[in-house]
Amino acid sequence: MHGGTFGIATPRVPLTPALSPGGEGDMPLVKSLPAHPDRKKGAAMTADILFQVLVSGLLIGLIYALVAVGLTLIFGVMDIVNFAHGEFLMLGMYASFWAFALFAIDPIVALPLTALLLFAVGVIVYQTVIRRILKAPMLSQIFATFGLMILLRGLAQFFWKPDHRLIPHSLVSGNVAFGPVQFGLPQFVAALGAVGVTGALWMFLHRTRLGTALEATAIDREAATLMGIDGQKMFALAWGIGAACAGLAGGLIATFFPIFPEVGSNFILIAFVVVVLGGFGSVTGAFLAGIIVGLIEVLGGFLVGPEYKTAIVLSLLLIVLLVRPRGLLGKA
Amino acid sequence: MNTAPLLAVDGLGKAFDGLVANRDISFVVHHGEIIGLIGPNGAGKTTLFNCLAGFHTPTTGRIAFEGHDITGSTPESAAALGIARTFQIVRVFQSMTALENVMVGAMLRNKRVSEARERAEDELAFVGLSHRADTPASDLTVSEQKRLEVARALATEPKLILLDEVMAGLNPTEVREASALVHRIHQRGIASIIVEHVMEGIMPIAHRMLVLDYGAKIADGTPAEIAENPAVIAAYLGE
Amino acid sequence: MTTGTNVSRKMAGTAALLALAAVLPLAVTEPSQQNFLILILMGAQMGVAWNIVGGYAGQVSLGHAVFYGIGAYTSTMLLLTLGLTPWIGALAGGLVAAAFALAMGWPCFRLKGHYFAMATIAVAEIMQILVTNSDALEGAVGLYLPMDQSGWGVLIFLSKLPYYYVILGLLVLTVLVSWAIERSHIGYYFRAIKDEPEAARALGVSLTRYKLIALTVSAFLTAMGGSFYAQKEMFIDPGSVFAGTISIKIALIAILGGVGRLTGPVLGAVILITIEEYSRTLFGSTGSGTDMIIYAAMIILVAVFSPSGVLGLLGDLRRHLPGAKPAEVETSAKEIRP
Repeated sequence: MHGGTFGIATPRVPLTPALSPGGEGDMPLVKSLPAHPDRKKGAAMTADILFQVLVSGLLIGLIYALVAVGLTLIFGVMDIVNFAHGEFLMLGMYASFWAFALFAIDPIVALPLTALLLFAVGVIVYQTVIRRILKAPMLSQIFATFGLMILLRGLAQFFWKPDHRLIPHSLVSGNVAFGPVQFGLPQFVAALGAVGVTGALWMFLHRTRLGTALEATAIDREAATLMGIDGQKMFALAWGIGAACAGLAGGLIATFFPIFPEVGSNFILIAFVVVVLGGFGSVTGAFLAGIIVGLIEVLGGFLVGPEYKTAIVLSLLLIVLLVRPRGLLGKA
Repeated sequence: MNTAPLLAVDGLGKAFDGLVANRDISFVVHHGEIIGLIGPNGAGKTTLFNCLAGFHTPTTGRIAFEGHDITGSTPESAAALGIARTFQIVRVFQSMTALENVMVGAMLRNKRVSEARERAEDELAFVGLSHRADTPASDLTVSEQKRLEVARALATEPKLILLDEVMAGLNPTEVREASALVHRIHQRGIASIIVEHVMEGIMPIAHRMLVLDYGAKIADGTPAEIAENPAVIAAYLGE
Repeated sequence: MTTGTNVSRKMAGTAALLALAAVLPLAVTEPSQQNFLILILMGAQMGVAWNIVGGYAGQVSLGHAVFYGIGAYTSTMLLLTLGLTPWIGALAGGLVAAAFALAMGWPCFRLKGHYFAMATIAVAEIMQILVTNSDALEGAVGLYLPMDQSGWGVLIFLSKLPYYYVILGLLVLTVLVSWAIERSHIGYYFRAIKDEPEAARALGVSLTRYKLIALTVSAFLTAMGGSFYAQKEMFIDPGSVFAGTISIKIALIAILGGVGRLTGPVLGAVILITIEEYSRTLFGSTGSGTDMIIYAAMIILVAVFSPSGVLGLLGDLRRHLPGAKPAEVETSAKEIRP
């Protein structure tokens, strides 16, 4: 009974990357951040430390946003929560790892390939499984993506072993300092990449015909169908783009985050929070909510203790679900 | 027989995000009366039903049932008080047999399964579905499912039943049967409000007709009066 | 409809199965094999308990570990601090879990479908974090049961056999509760809520009240399973009783076998535990992932082709076999509906 065969989280694996100040994780987002000495006594924070905390929250928040936009897109388009979304991120990380290990392609360079690969994975998943459960009872829908989650984890474990892997010596490494504020270059580049990808997705959804059709389907499926938009095509596209976004997030963080089969569980719950907070189906909402969640996580971890930061973020999920189910930024 | 009205609706209004679905509707229903509720599509008939059955909270106005204010009550307490309903788009319990569907209704008054079953058998016979008792509800035809919903609603022992388009899509023979069924419900002393587009089904049996247009009541009278009411004719011609 | 002969045949079948379960460990004397049987019974008990809320009432909880953990920790803490016998400790654990279920269900049942499932995951994860960081509960270190005592009073045994009969008894209790619910008006209301919540309300069914009944009863029984786990393993920590793994496993057992029916989770436990144990022995350590691949594939197949689980698949098969009795055909046609 015991053991993390396929767990959402096991105590040996931190649920979220230990990115906050004082976190005990091996690959902190913000390196060599001074732990606040008087945290437990509730002493006032200095401006420098507050700024440092906010910056690290912003950096991780942008990654969360990128993971969540795919999830929210899929949910908006077809009302299905993809429990396997974290596994798309995991596949993106492994794609980067193998590109690096076998062909010495740097994760940053491999990003377009990662995106293409994961787009294909998303479309295949849609065509083989999701397409068949569109009209199934909600229970079957939950079970199907939940089964996918376990299947992908199992396959990763079978083929690539449960070991934690790292990509050493990426193009991006080392620290950057802006005055008193320090952060890792990989983290900075990942956040920058996340902004770029989310921005590109936003442009696609608002500036292209296909994207507008997809956005319209996400906002009001029935109206979109009445307008003659091909639902099936939009659904497949949503899964492709959703998976590609998660994969890109994986590729971006592969430069500094350990890679293992269950890594997706570290992100899926956070992505849920972001999607709920941002309003289901809203890409802009997810982007802003991602930043908010990142800030709350890091700030909460700093004020209450890093061991509680996930609990704080999940409490936020519960509060939003109960008080304002359409999300803080969602439309009525 | 009680002379106070069974249902008294006073100035009822309902708006959704500023969109007005019902405005200032007032009427009374007496014990055992058959009321036809008609109006063009989008006139607010189903919204009115939802307000009466507790599914919507009215924005303005009051609803009194047997003298008690029930404005904004929940569907379950409305059912407990004696207001039953059917749905425009049928909502039978798919995983249950026809009999089990009706048993769920009967359990409102009697939680004992064996007694609920007897009661349900009676109601299935009343709507003429005895021969389908053990058929999964999902295997029934739409017209049978509509009758099943009526039996299910009757099993809750209501004083008022709200029937939402039970005659839609039926052939002339079935419409006559449905009219006869409504009449037999009346004979049991149960009042009914019937939303219907099938005029030949409703006009001969209704004691009174209410006509809605753009969310407001535009006429209230006997079927004969309604048929000659200029406002009603205009509303229907203008559709 | 169930006919009289059908009922008596079912009862005869149940009695035969019980008799077989009672004598089975006399034939299977190897401790590791007895342990395997115990694991199956534990899995079945979890699944049957989950099925009450997830299957009958259709409210998918992916956070049932929270109840399992509460049960394990309550009985263990009562034993360690007050020396209270686990017989009472398990009941206390059940009550605490039931109270927790009420407190959690009240707000969470305003959420539907996917949202409810997400909320249950969140609650369970928060609880795991809180317990992991609780000094009073020894945090991540975990709790050891006293090694120097044994016997029926403290419910600690040196051999496997007594554990087998205890969990068999708990499974029978859980099945009986489930069966009683299924046959009463509550069972009908659960199915009505699952099929058409709005129509159920129109018939006077209070959704909140009956969903709470489902969750509370399910939580109580799940917690008792957790107490048993603590007694059998003699060690608990947040990772072994509060983890997401446990929540997933509890749901999986019921889903695999077939939700909404009494025998589904029992079948699911046999399948899942067998796959788990045999893939372990065949492929070595738990790390290979083959067990996950096999049952993930099964869940997806079940979700896509037969929402009512392996039991539903069997029903389909039986319907298509020549020579099936008409009466049976009708029963299975009814039962395979989700």
